[in-house]
Amino acid sequence: MSRPAHRRPAYHKINKDLFVLTYGALVAQLCKDYEKDEDVNQYLDKMGYGIGTRLVEDFLARSCVGRCHSYSEITDIIAQVAFKMYLGITPSVTCNNSSRNEFSLILDKNPLVEFVEELPAGRSSLCYCNLLCGIIRGALEMVHLAADVTFLQDRLRGDSVTEIGITFLKKREEKKYRRKK
Amino acid sequence: MADAVLFEFLHTEMVAELWAHDPDPGPGDNIWRWLLPLESWGQNMNLSVLESVGFRVGQALGERLPREMLAFREELDVLKFLCKDLWLAIFQKQMDSLRTNHQGTYVLQDNSFPLLLPMAAGLQYLEEAPKFLAFTCGLLRGALCTLGIESVVTASVAALPGCKFQVVIQNS
Repeated sequence: MSRPAHRRPAYHKINKDLFVLTYGALVAQLCKDYEKDEDVNQYLDKMGYGIGTRLVEDFLARSCVGRCHSYSEITDIIAQVAFKMYLGITPSVTCNNSSRNEFSLILDKNPLVEFVEELPAGRSSLCYCNLLCGIIRGALEMVHLAADVTFLQDRLRGDSVTEIGITFLKKREEKKYRRKK
Repeated sequence: MADAVLFEFLHTEMVAELWAHDPDPGPGDNIWRWLLPLESWGQNMNLSVLESVGFRVGQALGERLPREMLAFREELDVLKFLCKDLWLAIFQKQMDSLRTNHQGTYVLQDNSFPLLLPMAAGLQYLEEAPKFLAFTCGLLRGALCTLGIESVVTASVAALPGCKFQVVIQNS
């Protein structure tokens, strides 16, 4: 297998588009299969979770990030390293509470919606990019961090920005119970 | 940007989830049943959902190709384009061989298909392999459709990670 000496611009574009178009076709298929927006959202989250649990290994292998010491550091890495690596964007990070476990990622650009002008008719509660929430949640869980990840605002639903909220939950006390297998 | 990785992960997840989706696994002219060994028919493996998602993506990709790439003189040129340029753009490698009977049937062979690479080589996952090919068959059919060619695309695996895509042109 030999790599071409340089990529013609057209190839790079097709490669970039493949994921975004596949994602769009997936969402369209799920909209056919499920009538309720909540069901589609949930399904996207579930699929994202599955992807996230495996993507994290790929991420750690590529990025060689060191050990993190705070939720704030972790969120910064998600925004500045992971998002940059996989989607080519760098959301800005804000911390939403004084106990420093609630954060927001503000997405200025979102490649996933490049070909989406507006949500389909009758789908006003659809979280088009909900896969991303599942991915983040699944990835964090693989490094033993429980978190709630949801879309707080979404430009596609009429909000002024697209905002993903990450709330780190208290770690389960390992000693208190053992999972029955 | 590690897009290829994202697509592979998404594809794997879709294979895991979408093939089980069809609530109506009745018989009929579902061509995907041809590919599966008899023992697995009971599993109601309906791959047409995956194939149709791939079809939509193939159509959309076809529409985005720059015009100068599309000046084809004949059908064989289109197939060569798929084997070289499109495959290279999507899978970072070219198709390994293209054969035709010059009567509308083409066999495209990939000896090391990237979507089959993560699985153990050989025969261990032969039964699972069709699930990992359905999307790509649809993709080829969709791209051909945008380029003005109606076709039926199926795939077969003798031993992973090699596979063959069979394209049969439908004459209107």
